[in-house]
Amino acid sequence: MDFVRFEDVSLAYQPDAPFAIEDVSLSIRENEFISLVGPSGCGKSTVMKLVTGLKPPSKGYVYVDGRQVAGPQKCVGMAFQASNLLPWRTTLQNVMLPMEIVEPYRSTLRARRAEYEEQARALLKRVGLAGCEDKFPWELSGGMQQRASICRALIHKPRLLMLDEPFGALDAFTREELWCMVRDLWQEEPFTVVLVTHDLREAVFLADTVYVMSKRPGRILVKRDIELPRPRDLDVTYTEPFAAYVHELREHIGHIRGT
Amino acid sequence: MLSQKTLIRLAPWLVVLFCAVLWEAIVVGFKVPSFLFPSLSAVWGATLMHWDPIMMHATQTLFTTLAGFAIAVVFGLALGAAVGSSPVIYKALYPLLVGFNSIPKVAFVPVLVVWFGIGTVPAILTAFLISFFPVVVNVATGLATLEPEMEDVLRSLGASRLDILKKVGLPRAMPYFFASLKVAITLAFVGSVIAETVASNLGIGYLMMAASSSMDMALVFAGLIVIGIMGVVMYELFALVERKVTGWAHRNPNGAM
Repeated sequence: MDFVRFEDVSLAYQPDAPFAIEDVSLSIRENEFISLVGPSGCGKSTVMKLVTGLKPPSKGYVYVDGRQVAGPQKCVGMAFQASNLLPWRTTLQNVMLPMEIVEPYRSTLRARRAEYEEQARALLKRVGLAGCEDKFPWELSGGMQQRASICRALIHKPRLLMLDEPFGALDAFTREELWCMVRDLWQEEPFTVVLVTHDLREAVFLADTVYVMSKRPGRILVKRDIELPRPRDLDVTYTEPFAAYVHELREHIGHIRGT
Repeated sequence: MLSQKTLIRLAPWLVVLFCAVLWEAIVVGFKVPSFLFPSLSAVWGATLMHWDPIMMHATQTLFTTLAGFAIAVVFGLALGAAVGSSPVIYKALYPLLVGFNSIPKVAFVPVLVVWFGIGTVPAILTAFLISFFPVVVNVATGLATLEPEMEDVLRSLGASRLDILKKVGLPRAMPYFFASLKVAITLAFVGSVIAETVASNLGIGYLMMAASSSMDMALVFAGLIVIGIMGVVMYELFALVERKVTGWAHRNPNGAM
C-alpha cells in the first residue's frame, strides 16, 4: 500500500489562472525518501502544499495513508530554506513547539513536560546542538539554525517529513554535513520524506527515488530510482555510478530548460 | 575629555540646558515683555508660586490621560488582533478607521460634551479616541506580516487559527505593540489637554486657559512645561517596559542582548 498517492493531480491557485502543476501522478511508499527536482517555479513547492493538505487539488485526488486528503494534515513535519525559528524562544523552546500543538503530546504536556523536554534535548544532542538548548536562534549559525529547524520538524515523530530546499542557503561544507545528519536520522528511525531541491547531488545522495519536474505547468517528466547501496557515505558522491545518476538527471533538466 | 558613552548619556540634558539658556538670554537680552513671552526664570517663579494648584491639575491630567490610554490599549489590542488576523475585517474596517482618524479630535469634543457633560469623561474619551489608532495599526501590522512558511509549519501540525495567534501571531506583534504604546501615550496627553482646554474646569489644559485669559503667560508656559515633562516621563517608562519585554527584537547585531 502506498503511503502517499497522487492521481492525475492538477492545481491552479486561482480558478481561472493557469495550472501550477498538471496531471501529476506519483506514489510514495511508507518510509521512502523521495526527491523532487526541477527548474525554479516548476511547482515543486505546490506538490508539498498538496501533500500536507494546505491546498486542495483543482483536479485529481491526493491520498495519504490510504485516506483522501481533506484539509491540513495533523502531524506532518516541515522545514524550509529559512529556519523560521521563533526569535523569542530559545532553541529548546522552539523544538518543543510541535509538542504544544500535536496530540497526544498537547494534552499530556503539562504532566510530562520533563520527559518531552528530555526527548528534545536528546534530539538536539543527536544533531550536534548539545549546549545550545538555551541559546536564542540569532546566537546560532545558519547551519545550526537549520539543524534546530529540522529537529522541530521531527520532535513529534511525524510519519511524513517535508523538506523544501532546507539546505539551499548554506555553504557547501555545512550542506554536506546536514545531508549526513538527515540521512542518519532517517536511517535510525525511518519516516517518509519528500525533499524539494535544486541540487541534483543532494537529491541523488539522499533519495531512493528522484522525480524530475518540467517547467510550469509542472508535470513529472522522469522518475528515477537511485539504486546506490545504503548506508551511503559521502565518498559515494565521488564514484562513477553516482556521477552517472547526476549526469543523467542534469541532462533531463538541461533538456527542459533548452525547450 | 568625555568618553563617547558619557557624551551620549549627557547629550539630551545638554540640549535642554542649552535651550533653557537660549530662552532666558533672548527674553532678557531683547527685553521681550512678559505678557508676550515670559523668561524661563519668570516661568519658574510662577511654577513655585502656584505649585499646589499646578500639581492638583497635573494629577487630574495624568489621571484622565492614563485612563483614556488604558482604554485605548485594550480596545486597540482587540481591534488590531481582529484586523490583523482576518483579511475580511481588514478590508471592511480600514477605510472607516482611517477616515475616523483624519477627523481632528478637537472638533469632536463638543459632541462629547453634549453627551457626557463638562469634566473628566470627555477628557478621558478624547485621550482614548486620539491614541487608539496607532495601537490598532501596529498590532495589525505585526500580525499581518507573519511569514507564510511559519503559518504552513503550524497548520501542517494541525494548529487552529487561535493556536497560531497565541503561539506566533501575538508574541510576534509584541514589539510593534510596545512601540505603538510610546506613540499612543504622548497622543493621549494631546487628547486629554485638548478636551480640558475646551470643556473642563480641571486639568492642566483648563489651568492654561484660565491663566491665559488673565494674561498670566508665565503660568501658561509652566503648564506647557509640566505637560512636556509628564509626556517624556511616560514615554521613557514605556520604552523601558518595551526593552524589558521584547528584548529579543532589539538585540544588537553582535549577538549579545
